[in-house]
Amino acid sequence: MSTGQAGGRGDPAPHASAKIGARERFELATARIPWTIKRIGVMVAIAAALVGAFSAVGFDTDWMRENWVKILWGGPDLLDGIFLTLIISVSAIALATLLALLGALTRISKSAILYTLSGFYTSFFRGTPLLVQIFLIYFAGAEVGKRLGDAGYESLRNIFTLDAVPAGILALGLNYGAYMTEIFRAGIQSVGHGQREAAEALGMNYRQLMRRVVLPQATRVIIPPTGNEFIAMLKDSALVYTIGVLEMFRLADLAGRRDFRSIEALVLAAAVYWLLTSIFTFFQVRLERRMSKGYVRAVEVGSGVRTTKIVSSSGQGSSGGAWGGDLPLATEVESAEEDPS
Amino acid sequence: MTRPTDGEVVVRVEELHKSFGHLKVLKGVDLEVHKAEVIVIFGRSGSGKSTLLRCVNFLEEPTSGTVEVDGIRLDPGHRTSAKKEQVRQLRIRTGMVFQQFNLFPHMTAIQNVIEGPVTVKGVPEERARAVGAEILDKVGLADKAEEYPIRLSGGQQQRVAIARALAMEPKVMLFDEPTSALDPELIGEVLAVMTSLATDMHMTMIVVTHEMGFAREVAHRMAFFHEGVILEEGTPDEIFENTRFPETRRFLDAVL
Repeated sequence: MSTGQAGGRGDPAPHASAKIGARERFELATARIPWTIKRIGVMVAIAAALVGAFSAVGFDTDWMRENWVKILWGGPDLLDGIFLTLIISVSAIALATLLALLGALTRISKSAILYTLSGFYTSFFRGTPLLVQIFLIYFAGAEVGKRLGDAGYESLRNIFTLDAVPAGILALGLNYGAYMTEIFRAGIQSVGHGQREAAEALGMNYRQLMRRVVLPQATRVIIPPTGNEFIAMLKDSALVYTIGVLEMFRLADLAGRRDFRSIEALVLAAAVYWLLTSIFTFFQVRLERRMSKGYVRAVEVGSGVRTTKIVSSSGQGSSGGAWGGDLPLATEVESAEEDPS
Repeated sequence: MTRPTDGEVVVRVEELHKSFGHLKVLKGVDLEVHKAEVIVIFGRSGSGKSTLLRCVNFLEEPTSGTVEVDGIRLDPGHRTSAKKEQVRQLRIRTGMVFQQFNLFPHMTAIQNVIEGPVTVKGVPEERARAVGAEILDKVGLADKAEEYPIRLSGGQQQRVAIARALAMEPKVMLFDEPTSALDPELIGEVLAVMTSLATDMHMTMIVVTHEMGFAREVAHRMAFFHEGVILEEGTPDEIFENTRFPETRRFLDAVL
C-alpha cells in the first residue's frame, strides 16, 4: 500500500478503447434520463426501503388506524394534541418576534440602560439550555410565587404561578426572542447607511425613519431566517411535554407506551411534525417572493422568464423542505406578482 | 447669469471646521448663499466639498462653527432632544440630493416623492399625491409614477430623488455630486432638470459637481475648494477667464 495507487495494484494503464467498467456503463446509461425522473426514482426507492423496514419490524397499521385521531386530537380537551402544538408555537413566535424587535432596537441604541438590559437578556437566554429555562419559569417560578405570597405579597403569587401552557409559551418566546434579536439586529443593520441619511435629510425623526424606511427593508432580510426559527420552534415545542402539557408529542408518547406501540406512535408524531414544517416552508417561500417587490426588475413578457431578481434575497434562504430543493428558492426567476396568463 | 445680489441670505456658514479624528477636512469655511442663487462648489476629491454640504444639513456634525438655514441657527454640540428637533427643522427646510440617489427601494416613485410631505409634514395623502404627480411631471417622469426605483435608469432615479427633495418645498437644495454615479449619456437629463430648477423655479441651490459646463451656464457664483478652505470665489467668468490662483487653473485644466 505504501507505494501508492499508480503502480501498486498492477492495473494496466487505461487505454482510450479499454473496456468499459460497470460504473461507467451505469453513468452512460443514466445520462439521458431527466434529472426529475431520477429524483422520483430515488424517492420511490427510499419510500420502498422505509415500507420494507417497517413491515420487517411488524408495523401495526391497524393500531395506527384506530389511534391516530386520539394521538393528534385525543386529549381531554378539544385543543390538545396538534392544535396545542400549533397554538404554543404561534403564540411563542409572536412573543419572540416582539421581543426580538425590541431587543434589536435596543441593541443598536445609544442608551446605556437599554443596550445593557438587552445585552443581559440575550446573553442569559442564549447561554442557558431551553429545557432549564422551561423548568425555571414553570417550577422555580411557582416557588418564587409561593415564597412571595407567603411573605405577604399576595398579588405576586399568581403572577409567578403560571399554568403549564403559558409557562411553555413564555419560555419558548423568551428563548427564541433572544436568538431572533440577533437576526433582527443584523437585518436592521443590513439596510444601507444611505437610506438612513435620505430619511434624515427629509427631516424624519428616529421613529419615522425606523417605521417607514429601515424596518420595511429589514423585514425582507429578516423573513427567511425568522421562518427557519418558526420551523425550529414548531419542533422545540415538544419540549413543553416535560412540564405536562398535552401537546402532540406527549399524546403520542403516552399512547405508544400504553399499548407498547411506540414505533407506530412516534413515527406518526414525527411524520406530522415533518408535514407541518413542510407546509410552513412552502408558505415561507411564497412570502419571501411577495416581499421582493421593488427588488425585481421586469423582463419582456413572452420570454418565458418574466422577471429577473437582480438583488438576491439575503439571509440563509429556506431550509427544511420535505425533500430539499423541491421548492423554488428566493433566487429563482419569476415573480409572484401579475401573472400574465 | 447675473447674481441675485440683494436677495435675503438663505444659507450662512461661519467659521466651519470639521475633523475626522486627526484628519482636518474643513479648516474654517465661510459661505453665504442668497435667495435664488446658484452656487457651484468644485475642487479635487478629498478637498472637503461634500463634507461641507453634509455639514449644512447636519448629516455630518461640524466640529465647530455655525450653520444657519432660513433663520434656523445651529452650533455643533450634544444632540439633546431639543437639539434634535432643531436639526430636524433645519433639514425640513433643506433638500438634499445624493450621489447614489438613495431612493427608498420598497416604494414606488410617487411614494418616494410623497413620503416626506405625508410622514414628516402630515400632509393628507391625497393632496400629497396630487402635488407629487405635478412635481414628477416637472422632472419629466409623470409616466413613471408607479414604478419601483429598480426599474428606472440611473438618470430617472436621480430625477425622482430631486422630486422627492422638492416635494418638501425646501428653501435651499443641496446637490452632492448628483451626476457622478451616472453613465455619461444620462447626465444630461439630470442637469437639464437642475437647470430648469434654477432658471424657471428660481431655487436656491448649492451644487457640488465637476460639470463645468453646467457651472458656466447656470451658476451665479463658483467656489473653488482646496485643502479644506474656499480658496477662491467668483462668477463663472471670473473663475474661467481669470482665476488668480494657480491651483484653480491647474484643476480647471485637468477637468475641462
